[in-house]
Amino acid sequence: MDISKKVEQLKPSGIRLFFDLVLNMKDVISLGVGEPDFVTPWHIREKAIFSLEQGYTSYTSNKGIIELRRLICHHLQKRHGLAYDPEEETLITVGVSEGLDLAVRAILNPGDKVLVPDPSYVSYPAVVELAGGKVILLKTDIHNGFKFSAREIDKLCAKGAKALMINYPCNPTGASYTKKELLEIARVAERRDLIVISDEVYDELTYDFDHTPLSSLPGMKKRVIYLNGFSKAFAMTGFRLGWACGPAKVIAAMTKIHQYTMLCASITSQMAALEALRGNNHDVLDMKKEYMRRRRFVVSRLNEIGLDCHMPEGAFYVFPSIKRFSKNSVEFATDLLKKKNVALVPGVAFGSSSEGYVRISYASSYENLKEALLRIESYLKQ
Amino acid sequence: MNEILEILSHNARITPEEIAKLTGQSVSAVKNAVKKYEKDGVIVQYKTVINKELLEDTHPLVRALIEVSITPQKDVGFDYIAERIYSFPEVKSCYLVSGTYDLLVEVEGENIQTVSNFIASKLSPMSNVRGTATHFLLKKYKEDGHTLKKGKEKQRLNISY
Repeated sequence: MDISKKVEQLKPSGIRLFFDLVLNMKDVISLGVGEPDFVTPWHIREKAIFSLEQGYTSYTSNKGIIELRRLICHHLQKRHGLAYDPEEETLITVGVSEGLDLAVRAILNPGDKVLVPDPSYVSYPAVVELAGGKVILLKTDIHNGFKFSAREIDKLCAKGAKALMINYPCNPTGASYTKKELLEIARVAERRDLIVISDEVYDELTYDFDHTPLSSLPGMKKRVIYLNGFSKAFAMTGFRLGWACGPAKVIAAMTKIHQYTMLCASITSQMAALEALRGNNHDVLDMKKEYMRRRRFVVSRLNEIGLDCHMPEGAFYVFPSIKRFSKNSVEFATDLLKKKNVALVPGVAFGSSSEGYVRISYASSYENLKEALLRIESYLKQ
Repeated sequence: MNEILEILSHNARITPEEIAKLTGQSVSAVKNAVKKYEKDGVIVQYKTVINKELLEDTHPLVRALIEVSITPQKDVGFDYIAERIYSFPEVKSCYLVSGTYDLLVEVEGENIQTVSNFIASKLSPMSNVRGTATHFLLKKYKEDGHTLKKGKEKQRLNISY
């Protein structure tokens, strides 16, 4: 069958082989997982089961159950002082992944340029290219803590970018931005008239300062598409549920695509999400405390064994350099997997400038982390 | 709870070096803190949670929860009689509770007979004990936050973005 050229040209798949190898191996200690190692809290699962028993099995409105949208807006108001209208400015999506795709498709015309951080989450360049846009890479590295500056954005804007995608705390690097840094980014966005797609799905896992939503900064609400979800904060990855908030016009455009492609998010997931937001956030706080400790442990061990690693501000990833040992992250990861049964993700999966790095997820038990780091240590000493 | 205690309460085998890495404190600060907790009696004991139901070769012990009604004594209230009860090694835990009875006592013995004998010959005849109601435990589902069920196979993929 003849496949679309655009799809055929999509990267990767150098890394697909490595993924297949890991998925088929048994008894692997995995530091390669992009989701919390906690099961969804019981009160949320229990609510999902109850909703099925009560017969909630139908479609919902395209934008999602109105009570859920109201609760989300209430939560944003209470937590961050953000004022969004649940009727016109909020859309329930199938995870932030769908939100990203909708946002990009809603704003791009063929050939429009989008600033995409490098490294970034794997889908960023792909959704831009699928929407007919052109990616301009915004490179970061370990020396600036994997953060880009307002000045770099400004410089690249000379090439005529329409939008900026930002993800903080960041998958894969764990980097996040302080309010001060965000204010500078906001100023450039305003001067350059950029639309900003801000993916803040790891916001609850910010360790060294309070998370500031970009849209809460002066003048930003009208140019930010704010994306968030339930996967990370409530350990609900498999429920596939997120939301998008933004100006009514862009939310209407996103809803148009969403209604033709997705219709609505699963009602069971939406019922579970209602319970997640109604409950107390003890589970979230306990989870964060635990991750904070593992972060300290992992960073200190990695630096000890010779993998240079910066202290990330959030999420549950660290992004150490393997350059002293190898130039090729896929080779490094494959060899480590075969010899020591430890899985991690080669940096190159997240963009070409991340060659020479690997992503380690500390969303794994302390015992696992300890053992995995011992194995990596003995691997490096060979 | 203090962070060091919280970590130890989940894993008593963790070393001071490891605690230091987890909390960002120095090893000697951790060692000193633990020593002080031990000395002050904040840390009572380091023990292992064992699911005895999975041990097939040992003879399982029998446990009972006993509701005990007592007449409090002048000056010493419930404490005097409670101490007389909890000093028996058969008593594994003892709580003063609100409600229709006074002490909730957990007793362990080799079989139903030994536990019954203990109640009949030691507990019930005690002066000030007005009555007892005994509930033998049939199955343990969860104890002190630990679900006593064989570990499930993990369900996460080995790798994901």
